[in-house]
Amino acid sequence: MKGFSFASIARFQSLLALAVLMLALSLASDHFLTAENGVNILRQISVNLCLSIGLTLVILSGGIDLSVGAVLALAGAVAAGLLKTGIDLPMWNLHLDLTVAGAVMVGVGVGMVAGLVNGLMVTRLLIPSFVATLAMMSVARGLTQLWTGGHPISRLGAAFGFIGTGSFLAIPLPVWIVVVLCGIALVICHRTPFGRHLYAVGGSERAARLTGLNVDSIRVVVYVAGGALSGLAGILVTARLDSAQPNAGLGYELDAIAAVVIGGTSLSGGRGSVAGTALGCLLIGVLSNGLTLLDVSPFWQQIVKGAVIAVAVALDRRNSRQERLS
Amino acid sequence: MSGTPPVLEARGLCKNFPGVRALADVSLELHAGRLLALLGENGAGKSTLMSILAGVTRADVGDVLVAGQSVHFSSTREAREHGVVAIFQELSLAGNLTVAENIFLGREPRTRWGAIDYTAMNANAQVLLERLGVGIPARTVVSALRVSQQQIVEIARALSTEARVLIMDEPTSALAQREIDSLLRLIGELKRAGVAIVYITHKFEELAGIADDVVIMRDGAVVATRPFAELTHAEIVRLMVGREMLPFAVQTNRATGDEALRVEGVSLPHPSRVGDYIVNNVSLQVARGEVVGLFGLVGAGRTELLETIFGVHRKSARGQVWVAGKRIEGHTASAISAGLALAPEDRKHDGLVLGLGARENAGLASTRAWSRCGFLSPREEERRLGPLFEQLRLKVRSPDPAVLNLSGGNQQKVVLAKWLATEPEVLLLDEPTRGIDVMARNEIYALIHMLAGRGLGILLASSELPEVLAVCHRVIVMCEGCCTGEFARGDATAELLMQAALPRTLARQA
Repeated sequence: MKGFSFASIARFQSLLALAVLMLALSLASDHFLTAENGVNILRQISVNLCLSIGLTLVILSGGIDLSVGAVLALAGAVAAGLLKTGIDLPMWNLHLDLTVAGAVMVGVGVGMVAGLVNGLMVTRLLIPSFVATLAMMSVARGLTQLWTGGHPISRLGAAFGFIGTGSFLAIPLPVWIVVVLCGIALVICHRTPFGRHLYAVGGSERAARLTGLNVDSIRVVVYVAGGALSGLAGILVTARLDSAQPNAGLGYELDAIAAVVIGGTSLSGGRGSVAGTALGCLLIGVLSNGLTLLDVSPFWQQIVKGAVIAVAVALDRRNSRQERLS
Repeated sequence: MSGTPPVLEARGLCKNFPGVRALADVSLELHAGRLLALLGENGAGKSTLMSILAGVTRADVGDVLVAGQSVHFSSTREAREHGVVAIFQELSLAGNLTVAENIFLGREPRTRWGAIDYTAMNANAQVLLERLGVGIPARTVVSALRVSQQQIVEIARALSTEARVLIMDEPTSALAQREIDSLLRLIGELKRAGVAIVYITHKFEELAGIADDVVIMRDGAVVATRPFAELTHAEIVRLMVGREMLPFAVQTNRATGDEALRVEGVSLPHPSRVGDYIVNNVSLQVARGEVVGLFGLVGAGRTELLETIFGVHRKSARGQVWVAGKRIEGHTASAISAGLALAPEDRKHDGLVLGLGARENAGLASTRAWSRCGFLSPREEERRLGPLFEQLRLKVRSPDPAVLNLSGGNQQKVVLAKWLATEPEVLLLDEPTRGIDVMARNEIYALIHMLAGRGLGILLASSELPEVLAVCHRVIVMCEGCCTGEFARGDATAELLMQAALPRTLARQA
């Protein structure tokens, strides 16, 4: 499996870094190496991982999605709003109340629509993905404010809240969800023709086209998948807080990009893996958890995170340069 | 060799890439005013050696000495500062800048105020270009030039740095004969000026008159270092391949099958010049079992014709294409499912995904067809690709090495494997042996005939006369987008083909 072996060096590095970091933190803090804290870290990273999985697919295809945080907020707000008020269909004189499952589907659906628009902007209107998703970010933020009127939508009921706060076998539900999603994404990337075609499109769009691959539809699919996962992340956040915040997910796109690149996925596409991204998320999560336990100020945490991103990518670049032939 | 100390000396260079031993204990000497022809099959290590000398990559072991001093180039810029300049096959020009700006990139002449002295720069560039015997205006934007002209700009840039060692990797592969002649003349001049030259080529006929020494490489090692005068053509070939080799024997004409490909009235308008055509009303047929050559000079429209047939330009192109009696409409994917396959000219960028493995690339066009319930099946992949790789004699060491690390010849075999896996009716081959050595070339010719023997129709575009004359049952000649001649195997001669390929105004002068 090429996807694995290409990322392997970078992943090995992140694994090593993770191990060293965990060792150091267990020595430095009594509270770090406990089951409770472990669960805590996993819960904290689950939303970022949910966004990062989708973003990895988009980046592997050679694009970028800056709208994930904004779409998260929009999806959460729309789902919460409809869950509270139901849907009025005046022309048929109907009023539908949403079930929890319905609310989840609405959230994911909103994300998919946003992703579809992103995908069509990129493939049909030929807008560079950076610009197209930047536009989507702004639009989604504006729509969220319009929809909520700037106020949080709260008290969504215990059943909905369970998605964010419930647990199964002592592991929080959101963690289960993203672990399963990670598995699905890995299988799709490395065991299906679609996954291989995705790497081909990201590696060389022209070669992929001349091989008869439907490059545009592959790209639309990854944006839709990315949107769906952003929508789901919106549900997770909203359910956990029992409230849809108009400013939810602010800056999350940057955390997600950080996780993807620390995980060894190349921003130019075609190289990397969802497994690396999961590791990148974990690394960021452990780092910020550890620094918090050690009472390091949040300002310093930001500085450390920035340094980690730079170092990780520098190491990755050095490896890929060594791999390259004349 | 001469008694003077060498300008550049390599001692015991070794280099390994994942799964590939690229260089093993390679040593050579370059002397002022002498041209060293570096010969060898693709994958013999020539390009790796060249990249080490030019500062692109570093050797794992070994030394490079320039004028007796040990050097360790970590960039082409550093190599350039020591007077070592390389011209690679892949051009490295900035398309958005002018010819003069490219030539003096990073070394622009300055005015008193520190701004770029455009007057001096353009004048100097023009002088250089005229020395090369080409009439390219120095103020032209590079992207407006043909590939052959861009190559000349690249050479002009190398000359402008007053290089003492000039390394050229197949500099003539994209040049027309007239341009080749002036390049060879210029090489003579450079030698007289004391420049040491390394010349990598597969066209031996270019070496007569310019080559002084020959280094022959095989499997990453130097197998012979001799004066050119002591070697015959046959000896060179024997040393390159390690055994005597028979020239490729063409099978008899047995192209009597049904129609495999029919093209009618295909035209491709020029994207910017209204009323001008890149491909102008071309009609042709290829029968099953037939190998049809498509000969033409650079810019004749061969590549664009193949691309148009393949559905790449469907939005702007006109005309009809039938494969095995079925009309093709729409894009590339439908052309492929109808049985068309295109091995593109630029195989590195258009034919392959360099970051993926050989098998992954070879499976790319057909994985969907052999996946099981939507999942990849490694066993099925092995069952389909294994025999193909064997048939193509595609030797790969590690389980699935990135095609990035394969030689040009092996890369082409991966492209062919990719298409053969789709079981096509018609193969469109665009310069299938460009940059490929004699041995792999003959393998590919033999393969072409084997496939034709199985009933495939083959349309082979080439700018090399010996190739179309030796391999094809029938040759169609293109010039400036039009078909200008068609010759059956028995009637085709080099003179006739060339006459048809030359633009009318030129032909009259010739």
